[in-house]
Amino acid sequence: MEFLVASAIGTLTSGGLYLLLRLRTFPVIVGIALLTYAVNVFLFSAGRLTVGVPPILRDDITGYADPLPQALVLTAIVISFGMTAVVVMIALGAFLGSDNDFVDDQPESPDDRTEGGS
Amino acid sequence: MNHWLIAPVILPALMAPFVVLAARNHISIQRVFSLAGVLALIAVAIGLVIETMDGTVMLYQLGDWAAPFGIVLVGDRLSTMMVLLTSLLAFFVLLYAIASGWDDRGWHFHSLFQFQLMGVMGAFLTGDLFNLFVFFEVLLIASYGLMIHSGGNRRMRAGVQYVLFNLIGSTLFLFALGSIYAETGTLNMADLANRVGLIGAEETVGIRVAAVLLLLVFAIKAALVPLHFWLPSSYAEAPAPVAALFAIMTKVGAYGIIRVYTMIFPPDLEATAGLHDVWLLPAALVSVALGMVGIMAAKTLNRLVAFSVIGSMGMILVSIALFTPASIAAALYYIVHSTLAAATLFLISDLVRTGRGNLDLTTQQPMAGTAMTAVLFFVAAIAMAGLPPLSGFLGKLLVLDAAYDTNLVVWIWATVLIASLVSIVGFARAGSVLFWKAHGVTATDDTRDAMLRERPNVLSYVAVGGLVTLLIGNTVFAGQLHGFTIDTAAQLFAPDPYISTVIDTPGKLSTPQEEY
Repeated sequence: MEFLVASAIGTLTSGGLYLLLRLRTFPVIVGIALLTYAVNVFLFSAGRLTVGVPPILRDDITGYADPLPQALVLTAIVISFGMTAVVVMIALGAFLGSDNDFVDDQPESPDDRTEGGS
Repeated sequence: MNHWLIAPVILPALMAPFVVLAARNHISIQRVFSLAGVLALIAVAIGLVIETMDGTVMLYQLGDWAAPFGIVLVGDRLSTMMVLLTSLLAFFVLLYAIASGWDDRGWHFHSLFQFQLMGVMGAFLTGDLFNLFVFFEVLLIASYGLMIHSGGNRRMRAGVQYVLFNLIGSTLFLFALGSIYAETGTLNMADLANRVGLIGAEETVGIRVAAVLLLLVFAIKAALVPLHFWLPSSYAEAPAPVAALFAIMTKVGAYGIIRVYTMIFPPDLEATAGLHDVWLLPAALVSVALGMVGIMAAKTLNRLVAFSVIGSMGMILVSIALFTPASIAAALYYIVHSTLAAATLFLISDLVRTGRGNLDLTTQQPMAGTAMTAVLFFVAAIAMAGLPPLSGFLGKLLVLDAAYDTNLVVWIWATVLIASLVSIVGFARAGSVLFWKAHGVTATDDTRDAMLRERPNVLSYVAVGGLVTLLIGNTVFAGQLHGFTIDTAAQLFAPDPYISTVIDTPGKLSTPQEEY
């Protein structure tokens, strides 16, 4: 199971990194989504991988799962979900305004200067 | 337990939704409440600084849960000093935003401003690494909104870059936190400080990776070369008061490095040896050089200021990377100076924009309100470039003095001094183009409308003048302030009272209970 989880994190991260380097907003946003999935799984494994044990201390139970990474993952999921929504909105705004979706700086066109320079 | 410690977080957190819910359509009511909130923050921050001045470590256990099980807020000299600096900066920036009407050019400026303050204050006060991540996200998500305040194509595009870069930074932060938790089983800073030292010499691989990842995250925030690419565009395109407030955000990264690498991974820890002198110091020197080259090459005033921020962050990180009590004290003094100087310059660039309609460094008609703007620019540029008699000079002197005993003294002195010279030339060029050469230009039909522009109003000058007064105060009271930063550095290099306060203070779960 360790190999499976580790290779899943690796695949997600490398796919995310590849998409990040595409420098167009849509692939970059998908790439960031993949990266956040990778980091969520990674956080889970930070509390050691366990199967079929409860995350609560009880008298009659010997093994238990670490509950803290689960709480951390929950927080991370909520935050990354919100952030992705924000970046989609801003990227849409930038795309509709300037009619291209490159993330990096493009050579300046004269109409850009007049509109955004306030 | 002193409940005032959580006030700098709670106050803006309550003010922000109140402003949205109760006064959405009334800009004047929003302004009154926002200003009142920031004034109250200053009062609380002064109280906290006085409380911690004698070396007391204040502790606030949320929900009364004992560390390391609960989240704690900790106030020591460093935290409370940064809180006071933030609230003073916020007051003058807010005053300028109101005076210049920037807050009325889009929606929800005041509530985003308050949320931003909440995030910054929380980041300075928290004693828990995951909580630091959460407060980073709070300040970032507010800054995304502020960054694209009032819209425009160029601003939106710069905003996309800014958001994407910071999202990658947040992901890295989570990877770092995951590895730290996997290695130590805790994320409380004081508890970590105890546990990292216990890791055996053969098992340090994981914690070394975590330390490097965490340094990368803070370096992104502090705009250290080569992780600075987000800064020039976003600071230059952001609305001027927002850029001025962002001057404190790069310092959050510097604060993170100081806090984590004095307490959790101290310089004498074998597992992370070489991190600051082999990696951080050269990168910081390159930042100084690159910032100053950027000052020379910039074609607009706001880009020039953005590059001067990179240069001054480089100075701060050079000083931090030496990791001696004297150099940390110098870095803290320089942090105060650089925050105020950068914010002042961003606001002045907006005065120039108001007066002549653009920020291009080309000779044009004299702007409206030349005399006053020129005086303010002159003072702020002297401070930023590090010429005597202002605090930039004193700060650089302290950094150079701290570097004198090290092996790399030649490199540091040469880089800092040459870079200072270049930045003086850069600022002098900008100043002469903007203010002096303008008088030699004869009006043509194209440029005549510049003559008709309105001067910036008096309150704008009051706000910028207030920041300049703080800069001068920073120079006049340099002895006292430097004495305080020396005490702060001493406290940072003797973290035992901090750790024992956090770990030993009783609360829920602090003693094993009967039923388990």
